[in-house]
Amino acid sequence: MIFQGNVHKFGRDIDTDVIIPATYLVTFEPAELAKHCMEPIFPNFAERIKPGDIIVAEDNFGCGSSREHAPLAIKGAEIACVLAKSFARIFYRNAINTALPILESEEAVDSISDGDELKIDTNTGEISNLTTGLSWQAEPFPDFINEIINAGGLIGYTKERIAREA
Amino acid sequence: MGKTIAEKILSAKSGQDAKAGDIVIVDVDVIALQDGTGPLAIDQFAVLGATEVAKPKQTYLFIEHAAPSPRRELSNAHLLMRAFARKTGVNLSDVNGGVIHQRLVESAVKPGDVVVGADSHTCMSGGLGAFATGMGSTDVAIAMAAGKTWMRVPETFKIEITGRFPAGVYPKDLMLSIIGKIGADGATYKALEFTGDTIENMPLTDRLTLSNMAVESGAKAGIIAADKITAEYLREQGRPDDYIPLTADNDAGYEKIIKIDVGKLEPVIAAPHTVDNTKSIAEAAGIEINQVYIGSCTNGRLADLKVAAGVLKGKKIASSVRLIITPASRSVYLAALNAGIIGDLVEAGAMITGPGCGACVGVHGGILGDGEACLATTNRNFQGRMGNPKGFIYLGSPATAAATALNGKITDPREYIDK
Repeated sequence: MIFQGNVHKFGRDIDTDVIIPATYLVTFEPAELAKHCMEPIFPNFAERIKPGDIIVAEDNFGCGSSREHAPLAIKGAEIACVLAKSFARIFYRNAINTALPILESEEAVDSISDGDELKIDTNTGEISNLTTGLSWQAEPFPDFINEIINAGGLIGYTKERIAREA
Repeated sequence: MGKTIAEKILSAKSGQDAKAGDIVIVDVDVIALQDGTGPLAIDQFAVLGATEVAKPKQTYLFIEHAAPSPRRELSNAHLLMRAFARKTGVNLSDVNGGVIHQRLVESAVKPGDVVVGADSHTCMSGGLGAFATGMGSTDVAIAMAAGKTWMRVPETFKIEITGRFPAGVYPKDLMLSIIGKIGADGATYKALEFTGDTIENMPLTDRLTLSNMAVESGAKAGIIAADKITAEYLREQGRPDDYIPLTADNDAGYEKIIKIDVGKLEPVIAAPHTVDNTKSIAEAAGIEINQVYIGSCTNGRLADLKVAAGVLKGKKIASSVRLIITPASRSVYLAALNAGIIGDLVEAGAMITGPGCGACVGVHGGILGDGEACLATTNRNFQGRMGNPKGFIYLGSPATAAATALNGKITDPREYIDK
């Protein structure tokens, strides 16, 4: 998949209580969760961004609670993709399971600024900064993880596999 | 080369020779959900088209994040969970039972088990010699349907702990100091294995404080060998036959070995807004505190309440402070009541709430006001964690919490502990 959008840059240790506070875990509808995405540090995030924009963050993005509502809230906000130096373990798996494309690249994050326009190809791992003209190569997902994301997440993927084997 | 505890358990449960880095499919022994993540897992289970839970007797739902429910959306989520339990025959712990991880160690987990739960602090059960890890709702939904899950076998950091704790210094101070040292992502994807003579002599309740907070360093699991102390604990819980001894091989391979002498430790505070932002008690002392919270899966057990009562008995908390105490489970509550501890705490000015997670996770029962500071015995001080992004959370031991409640500012508990 190829995404093109503007960057919203965050620091390190962006935890899942920041991505979606527990007070709002009264629903798992992505559009509802999106209303409170990043609220503690960036109120009205979903309204202040454009669909297709990209989150760029430092290390340990998504640390803390196992709530899958975190990637769902980011998806509900219509963020196309998250690029970080590193992800916390549970969030990484939850992002794949809910089909939120994510990518890791230290060099790219270091040189990308808030507001830059990026083009990201998740199949090849190529990251291009259209604002500065620089580009980087991140490790793309293996094929089976791309298949999970293309199927809309682990549930969709599992159903497709069960149907294929039946 | 020999095996770490993680490699031993994941080998036994996958039926293959599992080494760090391998990806294996394992049989799951205990599956757990709570009311924050459970409704989404139940929904995903239905979307998958599953109707039967593979291991209903080994699957547990806990209503404890919002117990009792503070709003109708959550009451409806609870209805969904109760209906699911009735339909599938899984176990349900209702609003009176207490915190998921405390309930699991009391009544479900055995040494050698693989435990998956839709809650990040599921790693606490590793204190019983199990491989226990937190996952998202979808992963747990699939584990419910299949009775299995896939895992990457983690590399292990050996945390070798020696020496005796000085008076007024506790396992919570040790764990905060470990996280301060290695960082909030210092052990991402790894297992922590706690060993050494301090651990060999440590009561199980304190071991659980260490394994509970493994995830705060990014770890997938926090594991302690199952030994005579584990056996004694399981006997006290009325399940002596659940005990099997389990240790790492002497020649197991560790990615890193970290050695700590607790004899040199002092009380530690984690300052806002990350757990690795640790300060010595001398640096933090004097910071004004509006609310003290003693509770949670980290430090809401009988021994923790006893330490707090030891500091508070016969004294009164500062008039500027609210002291909220939440026993981790119904059985902790009952034991504290029968031992007279609850009376001592209430006399000192504490408010006791029913067992649950509410205040720690910011759902209800102790939400901070704008600009307020809380000293909590919990595991997270993230911005907004206790329900208000304009609040400030400091983490410390139950003794530090109790001493702080007496003065309305962060206080070195050693002033109140007999040497």
